[in-house]
Parts: sequence; structure tokens; C-alpha cells
Amino acid sequence: MTWIRKLGASGLFILRRMGRMGLFFTKTCYYLFRPPLKISWILKQIRFIGTQSMFVIFLTGAFAGMVLGLQGYYTLNRFGSTALLGPMVGLILIRSLGPVFSALMVTGRAGSAMTAEIGIMRISEQIDALELMGLNPYRYLVVPKLVAGMIALPLLTAIFDVVGIFGGYLVGVNLLGVGKGTYFGEMANYIDMQDVLGGLYKSFSFGILITWICCYKGYYAGFGAEGVSKATTQAVVLSSVLILFWDYVMTSALF
Amino acid sequence: MIRIENLSKSFNGFEVLKGVSCEVATGEILALIGGSGHGKSVILKHVAGLLKPDRGRVLIDEIDIWSLSRSELEQLRSRFGFLFQSGALFSSLTVFDNVAFPLRETLKISEDEIRKRVLTALDQVGLRGAEDKYPAQISGGMIKRTALARSLVGNPGIMLFDEPTTGLDPVIAHTILNLIQSIHKAYGFTGVIVSHELSRVFQIVQKVAMLHEGVILTVGSPAEISASQDPIVRQFVTGALEGPIKIR
Repeated sequence: MTWIRKLGASGLFILRRMGRMGLFFTKTCYYLFRPPLKISWILKQIRFIGTQSMFVIFLTGAFAGMVLGLQGYYTLNRFGSTALLGPMVGLILIRSLGPVFSALMVTGRAGSAMTAEIGIMRISEQIDALELMGLNPYRYLVVPKLVAGMIALPLLTAIFDVVGIFGGYLVGVNLLGVGKGTYFGEMANYIDMQDVLGGLYKSFSFGILITWICCYKGYYAGFGAEGVSKATTQAVVLSSVLILFWDYVMTSALF
Repeated sequence: MIRIENLSKSFNGFEVLKGVSCEVATGEILALIGGSGHGKSVILKHVAGLLKPDRGRVLIDEIDIWSLSRSELEQLRSRFGFLFQSGALFSSLTVFDNVAFPLRETLKISEDEIRKRVLTALDQVGLRGAEDKYPAQISGGMIKRTALARSLVGNPGIMLFDEPTTGLDPVIAHTILNLIQSIHKAYGFTGVIVSHELSRVFQIVQKVAMLHEGVILTVGSPAEISASQDPIVRQFVTGALEGPIKIR
């Protein structure tokens, strides 16, 4: 019977944690719609999550597009359909790879830093200090990051998609000889606004997901340096897994 | 006035506070003394509303702080100043911005007025000239003094000091306690101070409470506590190795 008891205890523990995560998100949303929003804090976070992630997004976008161009060309060549390289690269990037890769990159670069920042503020009593000034930590620490994530992720994804499409163009057209006009011309026939919007909805929801998980993990970080490092690892792993899971859910629902 | 009634708190099944009761009158400073790990900081955090008691109440001017709504509690807290053991300065802000932070965020006053008040507070704690430095660039004593300036800049009615002199050299420690005394004389806040610097702290407080194994063992004036014949109080005050206090 011990194992049943242990199983029950684990189940209850997981349920409690999920409840706490849900409550954290609910409180964040409550303060999101309750003015005043801290505009300067939001702008600072947009700079941190968005502007400062641009280089890594540019780099990964270019290489992802180039790999897609290369792999896509050799696959399509077997069926004599290299003319469809442009739509293939575009569709894969816009519908799924762009939002997912951008989200994973932001998780690694900015999400981990968010958890560490809030975690250190927690263990060094800075969050308590905020509360004792009569200021709400959600309003100052979590809401600006959530809003910045919702704004920055779709923009970063758009950059990733454009750079990726040009990466595919570089390989497909300049190296492998696909026609210039064919690459972009066919794209217009196969990609419509619903694909673009679907990708942006995904990245918008990833922006919420990343900031929610990473801020939550930092806010409830354990004691000392070990607690913060554990929280940071958990935040990155959980965010990455949930991004892929949520991508599947959104893809089923949208396309 | 601060009134603590029958306060109990456990962490992971370990009962830290077992029905603590005491009172601090308006304008009075209470020194909370007792061995390390006996729950002095836990009491301070209850008074500030950072921890919710398992049993008992904390009343500020006869209002039970846990009967207040979130926004009412936030409003009440703006009357508090809290000096944390670690200082709890915002590492991304300079000394000036740390001290200015509560003014900028809670009061609708001009930047000129903020500047004036911050520089006055920094003058009081002897930190004029260090306003552009970040917490990582200053010493432990300066961090404590910046934190003191930040907690006092809004002229709080209630001040809570959690080991304000721990880890500081005797001169800086003396300076900080002198500052607390002079600011108390000037503004007359109600305060609770947790400290192990007994001889000096006894000179600036009006009342002392000794916490032992989760309960208040005795409350009295500094003179009464110093002259106490209770073996536990006596051992703690004199720092004797032999006695009823078990080292844990």
C-alpha cells in the first residue's frame, strides 16, 4: 500500500504546483488589465527580450532557411518539383519552424535570464522590499515581461521568417540554380494570409507561455544559488517542452 | 501601535513560533533579542505582513493586518520602513535611484523634490558622494546605510530593523545604531529592532523582549533585562557558556 500512498502524494504535489502556476497566471492577467501599466518597465523589457535577441534570431533564421533550402532542394529534385522550393521553405518557416525556433531561442537567451533575475531578487529579499514599499511585484516584475513577450515574439518571428526565406533563396537560387522568379513567384500561389496569421498567433501565445513559465519559476525559486540555478534549468526545460506541445495543439487547431 | 497576539507559525512541520504575544506603544522602540534561529526575523516578517500566521493576529493601530484587502494591505505597508539583514537593494539601480525608488513610485512629487529628499537622506547616513555607485561597487556598511536611507526617506510611521549591524565592523555598527537613535529622536517612529549588539541597542530602545524557543520569555526595560535573574536571560545577556541555553 506504500506505493499507492506515494503515488497519491506525488499526484497531490503535482496538482498543487499546477494550481499555483494557474493562480500566478491569473494574478498576472488581473494586474495586466488593472492600470497603471509600467510603460517604462515594459519598454525596457521589449529591448531586453526583443532588440537584444535580434542577432541570435537573425543568425538562426539564416541557417534554418539555408538548411531548409538545401534539404528541400534534394528532396523535391527526386520528384522533379524543385520549382516548389520557395513555397516549401516559406510554408515550413511561416507556419511552424519560425515561431518554434524563435520561441526556443528567446527561451534560451531571455527566458533563462528572466528566471535568474527574479530568482535572485527573491532570495536577496528584493521582492519583499518591493512589497514593503506598498508596491505590487506582479505589476513591476511580471506584467512588463508578459507584455514585452507578447509584443516581441511575433516581431522576432517575422524577422526569423524573412531572414529564413532569404537563407533558402541564397542556397536554392544562388547555389543550386532554382529560378529567381520561380522561388518567390510560386510562394505567392501557395502561401496565404491565414498561414501568416497562424504563425503570428502561435508566436504570440509562445510569448505568453515563455514569460509565464520563466517568471513563475523565478518567483518561486528555492533557497540560495542552487535554488536559482535549479529554477533556471526547470524554466528552460519546461518552456521548451511546452512550446513543442503547444505548437502541436495550435497546428491542429489552426491549419 | 503594534500588537502581536498569540502568534504561531510552523515551517515544514517545525513550529518556530508557539504563541508569541507582545506590544509596542506608539513612538517606542522594542528590541527583540534571542538566540539565532529562534524566530525573531519571522516575527518581523509577520508584523510587515510578509508572512501569514498559522494562528494568532498582528494588529497595527488595532487593525488586524490579515483582515485587510490586498490594496488596503499595500496602503498600510507604505507606512512601513524595513531594513533587511542583507539590505535588499535593487542591484540594477544606483544608490541614488534605490533611495529615490519608493518616492518615485508611491508619491506624486516633482523630481526636484525627490532629489532634495534623497540627498538629505544620503547626507543623514553619510553617503553623499556615493549616489552614482551601484550596490556591487560599495561596501557592506554602505549597503546597510543606503538601505537605511531608503527605508527612512518616506518618513515611515513604523520601522522594522532586522539585524542592522550584523557583519559590520564595530565603528560602522556604532554609526548605524547612532543614526537610528537620532532619526528616532527627529521623527519619533514606532520600531522593532532585532539585534545581537545588546549593550549598544539597550541604549536606544525603551523596551526589550526576549524570545526563547518560540515564546516570549520576558519583556521589560533595558535596565530590567540587564538585571534579570532569570537563568536563560542572564546567560544570553552575559554570553556565558554555561547555562540552560542549549546550542543548536
